[in-house]
Amino acid sequence: MASPSIPLTPVKLTAKDFKSDQEVRWCPGCGDYAILAAVQGFMPELNIPRENIVFVSGIGCSSRFPYYMNTYGMHSIHGRAPAIATGLSASRPDLSVWVVTGDGDALSIGGNHLIHALRRNVNLKILLFNNRIYGLTKGQYSPTSELGKITKSTPAGSADSPFNPLSLALGAEATFVARTIDSDRKHLQSVLRAAAEHKGSAFVEIYQNCNIFNDGAFELIKDSTTRDDHLIRLEQGQPITFGPDGRYSVVHPEGSFGLKVQEGGPAIVHDAGVDDPAYAFALSRLSGSDLNTTPIGVFRSVERPSYDDLVQKQLEDAKAQATGTPDEMLAGLLNSGDTWTIL
Amino acid sequence: MAEVDTPALSSPQLDSPVKRVEQLDRVVIRFAGDSGDGMQLTGDRFTSETAQLGNDISTLPNFPAEIRAPAGTLPGVSSFQVHFADYDILTPGDQPNVLVAMNPAALKANVPDLPTGADIIVNTDEFTKRNLAKVGYAVSPLEDGSLSEYSVHPVALTSMTVGALADSGLSKKDAERSKNMFALGLLSWMYSRPHESTMRFLERKFAKRPELVAANKAAFQAGWNFGETTESFSVRYEIKPARMRPGTYRNITGNAALALGLVAASVRARLPLFLGAYPITPASDILHELSKHKRFGITTMQAEDEIAAIGAALGASYGGSLGVTTTSGPGVALKGETISLAIALELPLVIVDVQRAGPSTGMPTKTEQADLNMALYGRHGEAPLAVVAPKSPSDCFHAALEAARIALTYRTPVILLSDNYVANGSEPWLLPEVSELPDLSVEFAAEPNGDDGRFLPYLRDPETMARPWAIPGTPGLEHRIGGLEKADKTGDISYDPANHEFMVRTRAARIEHITVPDVEVEDPDENSRVLVLGWGSTYGPIGAACRALRQRGLPIAQAHLRHLAPLPANLGEVLSAYDKVIVPEMNLGQLAHVIRAKYLVDVLPFNQVSGLPFTAATLENMLEDVVKNG
Repeated sequence: MASPSIPLTPVKLTAKDFKSDQEVRWCPGCGDYAILAAVQGFMPELNIPRENIVFVSGIGCSSRFPYYMNTYGMHSIHGRAPAIATGLSASRPDLSVWVVTGDGDALSIGGNHLIHALRRNVNLKILLFNNRIYGLTKGQYSPTSELGKITKSTPAGSADSPFNPLSLALGAEATFVARTIDSDRKHLQSVLRAAAEHKGSAFVEIYQNCNIFNDGAFELIKDSTTRDDHLIRLEQGQPITFGPDGRYSVVHPEGSFGLKVQEGGPAIVHDAGVDDPAYAFALSRLSGSDLNTTPIGVFRSVERPSYDDLVQKQLEDAKAQATGTPDEMLAGLLNSGDTWTIL
Repeated sequence: MAEVDTPALSSPQLDSPVKRVEQLDRVVIRFAGDSGDGMQLTGDRFTSETAQLGNDISTLPNFPAEIRAPAGTLPGVSSFQVHFADYDILTPGDQPNVLVAMNPAALKANVPDLPTGADIIVNTDEFTKRNLAKVGYAVSPLEDGSLSEYSVHPVALTSMTVGALADSGLSKKDAERSKNMFALGLLSWMYSRPHESTMRFLERKFAKRPELVAANKAAFQAGWNFGETTESFSVRYEIKPARMRPGTYRNITGNAALALGLVAASVRARLPLFLGAYPITPASDILHELSKHKRFGITTMQAEDEIAAIGAALGASYGGSLGVTTTSGPGVALKGETISLAIALELPLVIVDVQRAGPSTGMPTKTEQADLNMALYGRHGEAPLAVVAPKSPSDCFHAALEAARIALTYRTPVILLSDNYVANGSEPWLLPEVSELPDLSVEFAAEPNGDDGRFLPYLRDPETMARPWAIPGTPGLEHRIGGLEKADKTGDISYDPANHEFMVRTRAARIEHITVPDVEVEDPDENSRVLVLGWGSTYGPIGAACRALRQRGLPIAQAHLRHLAPLPANLGEVLSAYDKVIVPEMNLGQLAHVIRAKYLVDVLPFNQVSGLPFTAATLENMLEDVVKNG
């Protein structure tokens, strides 16, 4: 992780080192298995000792994740993982802190904490498993479910419009925003790598299949027969094209605020380092509930001081001014102001 | 801008040659004015001067929740009461001997509290037709004889202030703003207060505006000189220093003392303090104070909401900090779920609730003790924790240390129940020696504790029943904890019925097992049949009432609880030693309910929920009746 305060291990770790002794209890076929394996496989790359890694989660299927990682971990309460992780990360710059959350946990009950962690740019790696459904409570619609979705709680179809998680994160001016897919291990790990290297908040949306309550939600961009017509792979410094022979281009029509997809034409060149979040936001708007044109990869990666660093800097500056032992300083503080002595 | 020359003031210790000097043993003064008149500052300065003189002091501010209610109206009146004496006192006083009324609204709002014969100093400049009409005076009360039972001193405070600052270069409007210093100067003369600390204060406060330093000093001087020369004031008073325990003192509010107690806890625990807080009246001053002390390694985070505030504190606590969150009742309600998580995780956490009048937004600047039930029971599931309460402003320091001690020793959340009365009230504080403060140092787990070299996060210390505090970064102790029920010892997820029963009972036993000092009984006559049992901020008025009764030959015993959970081990024995036990509370009988349920003692509740603290007189009358008539 790109932080000088986090120690590195001389020991070469393997994926096995990151497997805890707990039995994994997701439904057979759940996309979470693939993500767990990808994360465990990726972790050794960080060269961070296991004891300096913490996974914090909220509530939901995805939030069982920490139990299966042989690191430090906390399975907390619904929606609050970013808040808890903020206190941990800000007070412990030597830790690599990861938040695992879901669409209900992060965007519904915990929406406030997510946007504030992102605006503060806390040094957290936030993995949002988006399956567009409530799985643990057995199948209600979520804040990313498509409008009109028929579920147990919406027999006539849901009446609320979904969030686009990336647009939301970019609205909070998140400094790192990416999207990947549970079943594409190589891509998933490349995004995790970029997220881990980022200093500050890294927000990663992972499209994750819930094979029980919302099976096939992302099939359009997973199935090898349809994928290429709908999936847009963002590559830094490359023109954004997709489709057979790169038939489709993402272009910036003159006089328009946004981007659009057209056949042929001058594709814009992807640069995740554009400071203005408007560019990444425009990219995020290409994808809707229908997944018809869905970019994956790193949308935005820019530098901004992290909350953790700013907090630590203030502490260090203040401590540099201090003299005496803590007890002497305390005595000085207690005796400050207008005092008087009675003999 | 012309410098205003401020001649040296006459020494307050010397008697003025032209005025009679009377000795008093105690005085209660109330400064009252518009919210924008600077009455809190004036009262604060007068208090500081009085402290320098060595009187015992107790103060009580009273201000509206609105920052600036419409000028000159009754809802906009802000006041500050200071009680000082040549002996030790316990309350800010029931009735003011002196009222300073800066406008008709301040007069009207406060006259009902005055005893016959009280001095009223009024700013006549503000008694205009328009201002009188604003508060419903058809005729000026200064002219219709309605104040005949008081001693009224009309003073053209505003115009004299403006006159004194005529050469200051300040606009009339700016000059008028110094009228509170004129009032302070006059009162300082009247009660022979030393003025040096106020001069130093003005120099600090307006360090970047020398013209304002000069103007305020000049206004103070003008008020002082007016007292000395006018015939409206024929007497000057002296109140000798109180006989107080030797040592160094400072005057302190409860919120400031509480913040310093948390700093002290951090220093004595050798742990960094992490405060997560969301602004809320009347707790915000603790956040403000702690944010100034980063050199102690203290991090203060103003979170996005109450839930994030406690979440961040809990996260920091998990990482090895002393996690603290400060709030008032509405905030505690929001924090409930996270407090339950902290109970399940068995991590140290201090939750400060500066109680205010509820329910809902209630009266944010008024006091109440009605969060006791919430502190004890306000969570889902069986979720016990420790609860402590301070009894006075300076005691907030010690209560904070005690809350931290319990949290750190027993790895549990602790709720500290302060309230608006002690939080904003002030009193002299005998400064403790740092070396005499408790050592709160803790040991983090460093190596596996299981027989097979495994780490068992829920294997308990046999003495404290606390589980190991194994912080991230410790090699070999990687483990997972969470809100799901945990198996005893291993901490693994467990839905086993017998294990759940065991864990629920263990969490209850853990709190009951906490060692707290016995409750002490104050019963100098040793033959009392009646015991008054209180908790928290009612200590002052209960104590003053008991003293008054004893002076009149009526024996009464007083016991006051610092620990509400667990209750002191000797409490049952204490209760059974008296024929009658009375429990006065600023709620509808929440402690009384606990005592009845736990000890089957038919205590007599006495309740007031007006948003105001008990007066000593109210309690004295009630207790007298009980002592005499049973």
